[in-house]
Amino acid sequence: MAIYKSGVIFADVDTFDKNCWHIDKYIARGGYEALKQILNNKITSDVIISELKMSGLRGRGGAGFPTGLKWSFMPRAMDGQKYIVCNSDEGEPGTFKDKDILEFNPHSLIEGMIIAGYTIGASVGYNYIHGEIFEIYEQFEEALREAIEAGFLGNNILGSGFSFNLYAHHGYGAYICGEETALIESMEGKKGQPRFKPPFPASFGLYGKPTTINNTESLASVPFIIKDTGKSFLEKGTPNSGGTKLFSISGHINRPGNYEIPLGTPFRELLALAGGMKNNKKMKAVIPGGSSAPVLPADIMMDCNMDYDSIAKAGSMLGSGAVIVINEDVCMVKALERLAWFYHEESCGQCTPCREGTGWMYDIIHRIENKMGKIEDLELLDSIGNQMAGRTICALADAAVFPVRSFIKHFKDEFVHHIEHKECKVNHKWC
Amino acid sequence: MLSKESLQKIDIELAKYPKEQSRSAIMAALRIAQTEKGWLSNELIEYVASYINIPPVQALEVATFYGMYNLKQYGKYKLSVCTNLPCALSGAVDAADYLKKTLGVNFGETTADGKYTLMEGECMGACGDAPVILVNNHKMCGYMTPDAIDKKLAELQ
Repeated sequence: MAIYKSGVIFADVDTFDKNCWHIDKYIARGGYEALKQILNNKITSDVIISELKMSGLRGRGGAGFPTGLKWSFMPRAMDGQKYIVCNSDEGEPGTFKDKDILEFNPHSLIEGMIIAGYTIGASVGYNYIHGEIFEIYEQFEEALREAIEAGFLGNNILGSGFSFNLYAHHGYGAYICGEETALIESMEGKKGQPRFKPPFPASFGLYGKPTTINNTESLASVPFIIKDTGKSFLEKGTPNSGGTKLFSISGHINRPGNYEIPLGTPFRELLALAGGMKNNKKMKAVIPGGSSAPVLPADIMMDCNMDYDSIAKAGSMLGSGAVIVINEDVCMVKALERLAWFYHEESCGQCTPCREGTGWMYDIIHRIENKMGKIEDLELLDSIGNQMAGRTICALADAAVFPVRSFIKHFKDEFVHHIEHKECKVNHKWC
Repeated sequence: MLSKESLQKIDIELAKYPKEQSRSAIMAALRIAQTEKGWLSNELIEYVASYINIPPVQALEVATFYGMYNLKQYGKYKLSVCTNLPCALSGAVDAADYLKKTLGVNFGETTADGKYTLMEGECMGACGDAPVILVNNHKMCGYMTPDAIDKKLAELQ
């Protein structure tokens, strides 16, 4: 898999070196300098938070919430246990960036988490790692042992009086645990079912204590921001989308992989970096931000830049930065059927509109695909969507509705053809 | 019911959480138990629950909620193939069809010799390496073209 490195996390990482993840290599790349700088100069939390705000860093898990602002919500002066939790439960179809951070540069995350703990007043942190990447979980445990031995984790770090312990928690196959409150429930040893918000984790999080939850990529960007200033991070991107970002690109391109590029880079350039379309096929559509983001037709996508505003203006979301490229040979009914099945499978079952609605949506798309569709089904899908979106505890229902609505909006002719002619409009080939 | 090594591993997990929060270790404890025994019988779930000092129903809830726990005996090798959209665009449906044909089973079935169980997985977070097969939950194999599948099956004896 290709990895393109022009950003802050992978810039100097030799991903062909199988030892690149070890602590000595990280230190040789300037690792743990940011932490030393903070501890030696007793830099205050306020200064760190204002640097983060200056950087324009927005949550890289998909929501895009400003990280500095999130950290400022923590009641830092309040006594008692607080937690920093990293969300490495990456399971949104199309997204595979955090896996590579953990595999090739885990200490950037560890350093980011120590700095986060210091800033928000947490002495304990957990990294919740996606169930399917067990070997990477084990390697992360090894990286933690290295950080302890080097004195960056544990009691009285580098003689500063600041103590911080960090542990890895391994998930076991539930997409919903990527939702932050479901992740907390899961960490507490329960079913991963989201909580009502408010209260937000900053006041009532893990074990009921104030908790900050950030995505892997967000936390791994922190050491750079401290070392090279927030301004320098900001200037790598656009004013409202600071910094560089990892884009996981998959589907019908020549070089699927992770590309760390400045936010605001034109999609055309990203496509060229990824080697262009496979077999010189024509592009039909792109899902620009993970399977939950609305699909965009190729002509709209080709004019987009890879930043939060440009993609939003085009009617979709940058999300986690997972770009799924679809060529002209794919039947969009079949493609949507795959996605609808996923959301039905992964609904946690807590809220009726989502539990039942995702099932109905799948059944209807499945029957259109299997020659039993009726033209009223398209309206029915829309009406089910109305009963789901915004009516549940978490956003999984909305995430299930976005693809259905956008596929039908932009590729209605294919759905109508399927219903009327009982066959795909295109001579369908997956690849 | 579990080996000393497995219990030691569970103890390491318990130490990650505050003493009064032993329930947090249930996911890991069930994983460790499953790795040793192959699957989670009701008796094993009950045993693990009592080891970490939580009511059995809390352990059962977790075992039935998360997709990677085996609640029945599968073949020696459980092969999970992700067929979601990004993987499908990179040949995962073909890989799954090839596996079905080669092994003579459908999703959810085990070969007559008890060696392989074929499962349909859901997003392993590795779409860039598709087609992806996860072997017994813990070993991820990417770029599983028919040739690579033949090689992999020959390795798994």
